[in-house]
Amino acid sequence: MTLRTLLGGAALALVAGAAHADPALIFDLGGKFDKSFNEAAYTGAARWAEETGGTYRELEMQSEAQREQALRRLAQSGSNPIVMTGFAFSDVLTQVAPDFPDTKFVIIDSVVEGPNIRSVVFSEQEGSYLAGIMAAMASKSDTLGFIGGMDIPLIRKFGCGYAQGVLATKPDAKVLVSWTGSTPAAWNDPVRGGELTRAQISQGADVIYAAAGGTGIGILQTAADENILSIGVDSNQNHLHPGQVLTSMVKRVDNAVFDAFTQGDAVEPGTVVLGLADGGVSVAVDEANQALVTPEMTAAVEAATAQIASGEVSVHDYMSDDTCPVPGF
Amino acid sequence: MDYATLLQLLDSTVRLATPLLLACLAGLFSERAGVFDIGLEGKMLIAAMTSGAVAAISGSVWIGLAAGIGASLVWALMHGIASITFRGNQLISGVALNFLASGITVLVAQAAFGQGGRTPPLSGDARFGAITLPFAEALREVPVIGPLYFEVISGHPLLVYVAALAVPVTWWVLFRTRFGLRLRAVGENPAAVDTAGISVVRLRFAAVLIAGVLCGIAGAYMATALQAGFGREMTAGRGYIALAALIFAKWKPWAALYATLLFGFFQALALRPDVVTRVTTLDIPVPALEALPYVLTVLVLAGFVGRAIPPRAGGEPYVKER
Repeated sequence: MTLRTLLGGAALALVAGAAHADPALIFDLGGKFDKSFNEAAYTGAARWAEETGGTYRELEMQSEAQREQALRRLAQSGSNPIVMTGFAFSDVLTQVAPDFPDTKFVIIDSVVEGPNIRSVVFSEQEGSYLAGIMAAMASKSDTLGFIGGMDIPLIRKFGCGYAQGVLATKPDAKVLVSWTGSTPAAWNDPVRGGELTRAQISQGADVIYAAAGGTGIGILQTAADENILSIGVDSNQNHLHPGQVLTSMVKRVDNAVFDAFTQGDAVEPGTVVLGLADGGVSVAVDEANQALVTPEMTAAVEAATAQIASGEVSVHDYMSDDTCPVPGF
Repeated sequence: MDYATLLQLLDSTVRLATPLLLACLAGLFSERAGVFDIGLEGKMLIAAMTSGAVAAISGSVWIGLAAGIGASLVWALMHGIASITFRGNQLISGVALNFLASGITVLVAQAAFGQGGRTPPLSGDARFGAITLPFAEALREVPVIGPLYFEVISGHPLLVYVAALAVPVTWWVLFRTRFGLRLRAVGENPAAVDTAGISVVRLRFAAVLIAGVLCGIAGAYMATALQAGFGREMTAGRGYIALAALIFAKWKPWAALYATLLFGFFQALALRPDVVTRVTTLDIPVPALEALPYVLTVLVLAGFVGRAIPPRAGGEPYVKER
């Protein structure tokens, strides 16, 4: 390729870029580098920028009061589509979206109705079900633990799916359920998470699933200290304690952002549910946990994935009716 | 409830009560000298972050502990300058320092390590390990006392024993030394102390700085012993529970030990709702258990369990001449 065609190509790309509005991404209060939910969104946006050479705008929320202002500012400046992470944006989006009918909005982890809104939610119960299968197979005591952060329906959805996976594999197994608290402080209390882990260990648990945000760091740490297995959540947390984290229930927020950015202003409104079938949720296997995952586990997970995809097995979604077939939730 | 479960509960109680006890004694020194300290929380938080960060960089938990105490001392000094030197409102200064700690810990940790406001996980020498006390293994088989000694008393990080030791030391300093007498006097009637030719300002600064050291140990305990690194807001309101314990203990060192152990026991109990349900055969919601320390404190304040009288000059900046 000569220099001239290279330059020409670049110029063409610039023109093409200018014809479309740049997409925008708004991170929630957790911040861009939270090693979890928001960081996954950032990863997706960064991947899009790298692959397409496009540019995007981003904003980090610093306080609750900024939400509406941030949305309006981005919409007025012509960003399209505007992607936001977190259910906390639902109320604001309901008010702002009708004022900008030509702008497309994408909200992750919540459902908001509107002709120009796409809502992306994940089937966390399916990923947690697979995590439950692996936990049950790894357990020697047949007592499994689940530690949730703040006691809200979304986290019960994780726990309920997990318990279903455990009981589907070992019907006589026991699932211990603990909650860190009932206020948002529950997301950031690793000390309490560690104590809850010890409490569950003393009741016989030898695999514990942590769905508790920053508190989970304490749960994984204590589990590693006490030589039992743990399961991470949202992002791949296997590397935090190599050989001691059984797996992580990964939510592919990055894919949701990547897709929205790729489709640009042609984003289809409506509700999108990302589950196992389309890779929206999965259990992570990498070099950090390879030694823990037996071929039987891999086979069981693959079988369950196929059964869920074909509809043979349906994992109950706690949020659909606020109940769980497994007692304790 | 069987004996083994009780021992597990007590073991958890000791771990959870330790930061409360250290913070409570810190508040005791400060408030006995007439300086209200609502900033225990912030001091613990900045100490937790600094000790976690420095231990991660240096690889030595001792350097981490020293740095944590140093950071807490800076906070104590700011509180002292604002409320003693400039006679500002002690409560407002404390609240402001809490906010400052809450924000700056995340900011610094994020700038230094880029891990979402956390410090890197610590291991090996960068962390306080559990200490097995002498004869713990040998006495383990002795009925009743053996398991109690092995499970509950032995096997904690060094700082737990430091906290336990701080109780008799505090009692001795406050009630058996000249410094302690003056410190208590300055909280009751600073004018009298001043008339005797002793500097009120210097005594109060000493008390506030002692509080800084104790909060520093409490923060370092959380980040380098209980957990392996700092996470944002990891103190989770323990500074306020310690204040409640201080009122419950009526500003006395031994009572502070019992109050914090009681509050720690409630916290441990809230982690085991299954035990509570089994023993009481009632289904008590977990939030109700968590609220118990506060309910008790309100009862004490309302005068139901004996009156709690704070030091008389507490909260008042000392002005020499009117």
